[in-house]
Amino acid sequence: MDLKVALPEGRVLEVVRAPAPVLSQAGPVVDPAAPEVLQLCADLVATMRVSPGCVGLAAPQLGVAAQAFCVDVTEHPKARSKHGLIVLVNAVVMDASRNEKAREGCMSVPDLTGDVKRATRVTVRGQLPGTGETVEISADAFEARALQHEIDHCTGLLFLDRVAGAHAIHTRKVYLGSPDHG
Amino acid sequence: MTYLAITVLGHDRPGIIAQAAEALSECGMNLEDSSMTLLRGQFAMTLICAGEAGTDEIERALSPLLDDGTLTVSVREVPDESAHPALGNPYLITVHGADRLGIVARLAGVVAEAGGNITDLTTRLAGDLYVLAAEVDLPADVDVETLSGQIAEVAGSLGVDASLRPVERDEL
Repeated sequence: MDLKVALPEGRVLEVVRAPAPVLSQAGPVVDPAAPEVLQLCADLVATMRVSPGCVGLAAPQLGVAAQAFCVDVTEHPKARSKHGLIVLVNAVVMDASRNEKAREGCMSVPDLTGDVKRATRVTVRGQLPGTGETVEISADAFEARALQHEIDHCTGLLFLDRVAGAHAIHTRKVYLGSPDHG
Repeated sequence: MTYLAITVLGHDRPGIIAQAAEALSECGMNLEDSSMTLLRGQFAMTLICAGEAGTDEIERALSPLLDDGTLTVSVREVPDESAHPALGNPYLITVHGADRLGIVARLAGVVAEAGGNITDLTTRLAGDLYVLAAEVDLPADVDVETLSGQIAEVAGSLGVDASLRPVERDEL
């Protein structure tokens, strides 16, 4: 499947941190062809690329309530399916199965990590920015987790909303260089 | 059989648990349930141990922990409540948002009014972000939807996000 998108030059922007209200807002559906949406997608990719260990970033993390995100788990050792760079708008999880618990971090919650149960197999449907073509992506393992994490951001949810129990929130001991979701 | 509740609090350093556990072991006290974490860098341990030793003997045995003046230790006899039945159904409350005075008090108040019992609680302050996760046993006759609405209302008035959901359990 061709997931390539043509984006303008992206800007590296500051990542918004909780408790910023935008991180708790459900983002609206966006027009995949709108120039500002293309710029937003480009900024997401550019900011993800310069952030050590970051494998995904969603629009609210750049301060914009919108359903847009990028993911790239290519270099991650826990990844099995690897679609390379995925940039999607208006994405939803169509199908999810085989839950597993794992510890997640997030650039918007830099001091904490949390144990979150998520599906290890998902089918995600979304639109490519630019053409607006609808695509379906089947992912597993770490890529599935990353997609769910980013789609959650687009609906105003943080991993903190999904932790598995009262003892599932941890103070992060290592800040940089450790694998991270967006 | 004596049950003792022991707390050790204070400046963290390597070896506190080893020292405490060794002292209890030498007194023939079996370390049963325990919980230890760092709270804003402070060592915080609570445990229940069982055996034949009394409070005075255990206080003496643990007194070397006090030598450098950075830890406090308390020892107190408690009744055996290990067979205490769980009340109702387990739920998880999560809250996150800007730190505000009274978040725990207000939310715990709503839970208590509904007859819910908080069985596990973690709160963390990370920069400006306050996070709470609490496991709550709710009586079977509690209207969860109403309680959820009350929690959302309190959270809204505090400007934080909160959710109430059943604790997921996979029986294998």
